[in-house]
Amino acid sequence: MAFDYDKWLRPGKLPHIWCPGCGHGIVMKGLIRAMETLQLKKEETAVVSGIGCASRLPGYIDCCTLHTAHGRAAAFATGVKMAKPEMNVILVGGDGDGTAIGGNHFIHACRRNIDMTYIIMNNYIYGMTGGQFSPCTPTGHKASTTPYGNPDPGFDIAKLAIGAGATFVARGTAFHANQIDKLIVEAIQHKGFSVVEILDDCPTTYGRRNKYKSVIEMMNRLKEVAVPVKAAEKMTAEQLQGKVLTGVLYKEVKPEYIEEYAKVIERAKAAK
Amino acid sequence: MEKTLPKIEIIEKYCKGCHICVEFCPTKVLEMKGFYASVKNLEACIKCMQCELRCPDFAIKVITE
Amino acid sequence: MSKKVAFLQGNEAAAHGALYAGCNFFAGYPITPSTEVSEVLSAELPKTGGKFLQMEDEIAAMAAILGASLTGAKVLTSTSGPGLSLKQELIGYGCIAEIPCVVYNVMRGGPSTGMPTGPSQSDVMCAKWGTHGDHPAICLVPASVQETYDEVIRAFNLSEKYRTPVMVMPDEIVAHMRERIVFPEPGEVAVTPRKTPTVPPEQYKPYDTSFGDVPPLAAFGSGYKFHVTGLNKMADGFPTTKADIVQAEEERQVRKVDANIDDIVTFEEYLLDDADVVVVAYGSTSRSARYAVNVAREQGIKAGMFRIKTFWPFPDKQIKALAGKVKGIVIPEMNLGMCSLELERCAQGKVPVLGIFRVDGEPINPDQILAKIKEVK
Repeated sequence: MAFDYDKWLRPGKLPHIWCPGCGHGIVMKGLIRAMETLQLKKEETAVVSGIGCASRLPGYIDCCTLHTAHGRAAAFATGVKMAKPEMNVILVGGDGDGTAIGGNHFIHACRRNIDMTYIIMNNYIYGMTGGQFSPCTPTGHKASTTPYGNPDPGFDIAKLAIGAGATFVARGTAFHANQIDKLIVEAIQHKGFSVVEILDDCPTTYGRRNKYKSVIEMMNRLKEVAVPVKAAEKMTAEQLQGKVLTGVLYKEVKPEYIEEYAKVIERAKAAK
Repeated sequence: MEKTLPKIEIIEKYCKGCHICVEFCPTKVLEMKGFYASVKNLEACIKCMQCELRCPDFAIKVITE
Repeated sequence: MSKKVAFLQGNEAAAHGALYAGCNFFAGYPITPSTEVSEVLSAELPKTGGKFLQMEDEIAAMAAILGASLTGAKVLTSTSGPGLSLKQELIGYGCIAEIPCVVYNVMRGGPSTGMPTGPSQSDVMCAKWGTHGDHPAICLVPASVQETYDEVIRAFNLSEKYRTPVMVMPDEIVAHMRERIVFPEPGEVAVTPRKTPTVPPEQYKPYDTSFGDVPPLAAFGSGYKFHVTGLNKMADGFPTTKADIVQAEEERQVRKVDANIDDIVTFEEYLLDDADVVVVAYGSTSRSARYAVNVAREQGIKAGMFRIKTFWPFPDKQIKALAGKVKGIVIPEMNLGMCSLELERCAQGKVPVLGIFRVDGEPINPDQILAKIKEVK
């Protein structure tokens, strides 16, 4: 049976604002399937975003949604989750929002290991403002503000999250659509701060500047570079050149922030 | 056993004409007709659902029994 | 039964005032000279199940309290000058999304790092004009430890009543001096609850003006689901660029404060009935001003004081009336003439406005004020 996305979409909001071929819609569908799989209660679920194309996602989802300021999703979400721990809190946003202006909030949410899930749609560019380079734009690539090629090295979001203390880190792509919901389900079920990076495509502001002739070429690139972690184990370093690992990249059990703060409350009450 | 065919619904007011569904259908069921995706060969459909999954615009529903 | 009395700093009193008002969520970032608020609340909030968060930066602290407030929590952050600058974008977010919160800002020397341990009154314009765009502003400027406690409670009440951020801005002298404070009994000072929806969830709109200029605010997690954005929005909370709606909504947000000035503005009139010279003062500077007025009276000069307790909205009406009665206005302030500009605007050239402006980290002393009083002819 066709999946009933309408159940999770606010009526009258489609078509969404994203350009033809933009993968954000594919990611949103993955998120919706994950929410349905987990039977999340709409009234007890908050989807929080910053600013940018990807951050427009919450407006379409029928639950408690908070479209904050540029880069601040993780900090707002921390307030929501701490004040109401029983809520499921899911953050969404793009690579510029999450790793540049919001980079500090991102690493500290990872460090606290607070029980929230962060879905980062990485399309290597600031799309909404017209295609300026982001901290994830690969070196040498073109953006509206790197007309001679990008001199900056890019972030590896997954490594950044692991280094900062996130206890669940996964990566998928917009091409591998049927994997997206599975990664998000596992991320939400994980106790602690979970990060799901989805490699995405921006045909409008990134693709056309970087010699991609079409959306299809961009999708094919995602298909070609992605190597599941299991498959990668059997590959040589040479074979892995230019590839990106997908699947669950990292998982560990560590004290979760809400639970640790509950202990603070206990100690404070005992000291009273 | 007789093969049951799904119903593929294309919601044109949502379709942005990106070609993703057409290009990545493994059995070439779909085609672009003008601006929109359209069903060309329903008989070939294997109900893999990839077009529905990959449509960024909520414009395809593959309705199976 | 005698009331509980303590000897506290302004900052400590602010923390206790917040607790009296029902604050159950605090997020902050360490900054001199406001850290005592964090220190007291880190100890006190968890005792009653409240949450204390020390965030990664000033912006995060502001974001966290806004997020928490949307779940129904009563929220506070504390900061000082540089932190206030950093919080400004999200103060604007609180204004447009209409999220109650209290920002406690201790005024120290500036700009930039300036003089972190020196007193100042140079953030009063930042309180109104710091965030970009048109927006409502409420800013309270206490002059004693007791008043800091009382005004923090009032800030929470105004914030809930008008569904907007409210600032409490003592100068560093008030924040760090120790005075006797008398705690009110529970229930003695009214605490304003948030106006929550009476309609069922399916009918709820977060900016439904059929309930007046201050629409009820549901809490995330209370059975209501809705959208909140920093974009110009419609009644249902979703973004719009429709000219008539944007204009009407912006005007309503500002009107929430402007149409209720008499409810919000508070002040003290001291020896003003027959005054020829009025010293307008606020915060710790008003303590020197009161002394100077007393000495002037002893010397036969009819001086009085108008003490601003609510800086924003500005007491236009009262200052305009005074300007029609006195021969001159003296304004001592620890900045280079911020309140002075407002007074000149209200005085409309009817009387001279004589300023004493200090930004050297030293308080303005009564002798300086007395000398200026004597300049009024």
